[in-house]
Amino acid sequence: MTFLPTGEQLAFARSLDAMLAAADTPAAVRAWAGDDPDPGRALWGRLAEAGVCALAVPEEYEGMGPLPVELAHAFVALGRHAVPGPVVETVAAAVLLGELARLGDRGPAKRLLPALATGERTATLALAGAEDVRGGTEDVRERALPYALDADRADTVLVVRGERLWRAPGHGPVRASADPARRLARPASGGELLAEGPAVAVAAERARRWAMLATAAQSLGVGLALLDRTVAYARQRSQFGTPIGAFQAVKHRLADTLLALEFARPLLFGAAVGLADGHAPDGDLAAAKVTTGEAAYTAARTALQIHGAIGYTEELALSLWLRKARPLRDAWGDPATCRAAVLRACS
Amino acid sequence: MDLSYTRTEEAFRAEAREWLRDHVPAEPPPSLETAEGFAAHRAWEAELAAARWSVVSWPEEYGGRGVDLARWLVFEEEYWAAGAPGRVSQNGVQLLAPTLFDHGTAEQRARILPPMATGETIWAQAWSEPEAGSDLASLTSRAVRTDGGWLLSGLKTWSSRAAFADRAFGIFRSDPEADRPHRGLTYLMFDLRARGVTVRPIGRLDGKPAFAELFLDEVFVPDEDVIGEPGQGWRIAMSTTGNERGLMLRSPGRFLAAADRLVRLWRSEGDPGDPALRERVADAVIGARAYQLFTAGAAARLAAGAPSGAESSLNKVFWSEYDLALHETALDLLGPEGELADGAWAEGYVFSLAGPLYAGTNEIQRDIIAERLLGLPKGRR
Ligand SMILES: Cc1cc2nc3c(=O)[nH]c(=O)nc-3n(C[C@H](O)[C@H](O)[C@H](O)COP(=O)(O)OP(=O)(O)OC[C@H]3O[C@@H](n4cnc5c(N)ncnc54)[C@H](O)[C@@H]3O)c2cc1C
Repeated sequence: MTFLPTGEQLAFARSLDAMLAAADTPAAVRAWAGDDPDPGRALWGRLAEAGVCALAVPEEYEGMGPLPVELAHAFVALGRHAVPGPVVETVAAAVLLGELARLGDRGPAKRLLPALATGERTATLALAGAEDVRGGTEDVRERALPYALDADRADTVLVVRGERLWRAPGHGPVRASADPARRLARPASGGELLAEGPAVAVAAERARRWAMLATAAQSLGVGLALLDRTVAYARQRSQFGTPIGAFQAVKHRLADTLLALEFARPLLFGAAVGLADGHAPDGDLAAAKVTTGEAAYTAARTALQIHGAIGYTEELALSLWLRKARPLRDAWGDPATCRAAVLRACS
Repeated sequence: MDLSYTRTEEAFRAEAREWLRDHVPAEPPPSLETAEGFAAHRAWEAELAAARWSVVSWPEEYGGRGVDLARWLVFEEEYWAAGAPGRVSQNGVQLLAPTLFDHGTAEQRARILPPMATGETIWAQAWSEPEAGSDLASLTSRAVRTDGGWLLSGLKTWSSRAAFADRAFGIFRSDPEADRPHRGLTYLMFDLRARGVTVRPIGRLDGKPAFAELFLDEVFVPDEDVIGEPGQGWRIAMSTTGNERGLMLRSPGRFLAAADRLVRLWRSEGDPGDPALRERVADAVIGARAYQLFTAGAAARLAAGAPSGAESSLNKVFWSEYDLALHETALDLLGPEGELADGAWAEGYVFSLAGPLYAGTNEIQRDIIAERLLGLPKGRR
């Protein structure tokens, strides 16, 4: 066993990181949160050029995948730079379409996948499990449907309800998230029925796993960025004539944050390797999701506390990551759901 | 030891409950961290004051009811249980007023307290500076002697609600030659609309202009607005920070009501099959009760004449961490819906995030607890 990234994986991660560092992502995030999606879309284009959008797409649809380990590396970088938009959801949509094709229904993949792989188009996705949509009034069924991230800005809005895959005709009102760069709306019902049958549910499950992996990786990146910035601040901010990083209370809190992140990282990559090997590491994925999510939230709490009042403002770029940590922790499997999945996988 | 309320206390409770039942707005007003909400909360303060409920523990001559701490605690229980609005006049009532009671002149009390009680004058606290937060004594804003008063210059920051408030109180360096940073400071009050004051609102995490920076350029303050003796600012300020951390800032009533709301949320939204969440809800209930009883003990000791000391640091660490844990539990109960910024719990959560920072960070409070209550050696600071 060699549980280390290959030279190529490292080089890929480093080049993405360098590209994003040079791209002024904070400005793109703020614009995305406001009225201007263009800088975010431009960023998307560059990520696509670097191959990020192709990682979850099979080769026959212009992809390079599926490559979950590379995807995890890429999404750590996306989190580190707080890249806005339906990045996870586009990956999950690609997995859904690719899996449907593998199971025999190639129509939707042929139509939609190549454009997702090249980054020409973006997608978002809402998955409602079978049990969520059975019975109840229309109103109850609607509320059981999750929000689709950036449904107002993605080119394609996909919805799975039980065993049906729809292309939604639009979306409901956009609701504000605690992270202003996350735009939440429920997809409108109806639209075009793209596929139907048990394969849809199987493909949706696979999409959900990849979404968990990508979100976990993004969380880790967010946590690492928060820690980096906070360490830098603690070295430079002085009170009582001393850099605050010299105070033991500050040191220990930062050390604990590093511990949390460094023990989440192997779970993330372990789960990615499991996905690559083709077995279904449900417990591993859930463990990675809950651990990276909690570690990033710990990092956010630490960052806020160590920055003092200045960390509590939206003016400081730190806020872009602070406000991401908690929503990511709860997206695509909140901690309670993930912990339950870990235990289910034990028996 | 006795946990039952006296007949006077129960009568007071009944009177407060009845008034609140008839007057608390059915729809909560907008957030007091916005211009619109600030105005609505100011109007609410006036309504409270008209029935003399705005400052129940103050002497009657200033608009209060002169009740003791026990009845103040009873009032707070009723206030928060009734779902009444947050208190926009908090900084003045809890920090400046006790300072004036201890160190102000009769003239200052008569002039300043009644409009504070009615919400006509809302006060901001102007202590922190960009380079002087935890190390407040290193502040550099100046007060320079002039004819009949002082000229204030410098930069104050993180001043809660200063974007909409009327006046501010703060400490300033009046003697730069003093041998130690804690000496040579003077405690003054000034008008936020005076010539030379520029207020720049700062957006907090959720974008609301909850606090502001104050640029001061030779702002004139007359002698009558100096509190205590010039040069004694530090001592005066420190004698009242206990209030900021202690009982008055966060009453147990507030947390009892919040724990109650949490239990209701758990019943309606929660997953009773999730034991970890269930345990955290139970812990919130237990924590509120612990804080209530701890506070009852502290109030009784104060009533018996004991000084309020480093104990207030215990309070501050407890309520700030409690408040945050309670709100985190609520958001976890809501699951993905907890992400919504306009949800009923969202504002409380954002507010609770700052609890471990303001009124002295919890790191500093833990040092105080360790050094003053446990007698551990003083660390390097
Ligand atoms: C919501 C909010 C409202 C506020 N309202 C007001 C107001 O109305 N008026 C006002 O004057 N101020 C206000 N403040 C400012 C508040 O008092 C300061 O934020 C606080 O004193 C901390 O100062 P700082 O932000 O400069 O952090 P710093 O002092 O720079 O501290 C940064 C970090 O270092 C830690 N640290 C510093 N020194 C030590 C030490 N010796 N040992 C261990 N750790 C240490 C701190 O605990 C913190 O984690 C408010 C702050 C907030 C967040």
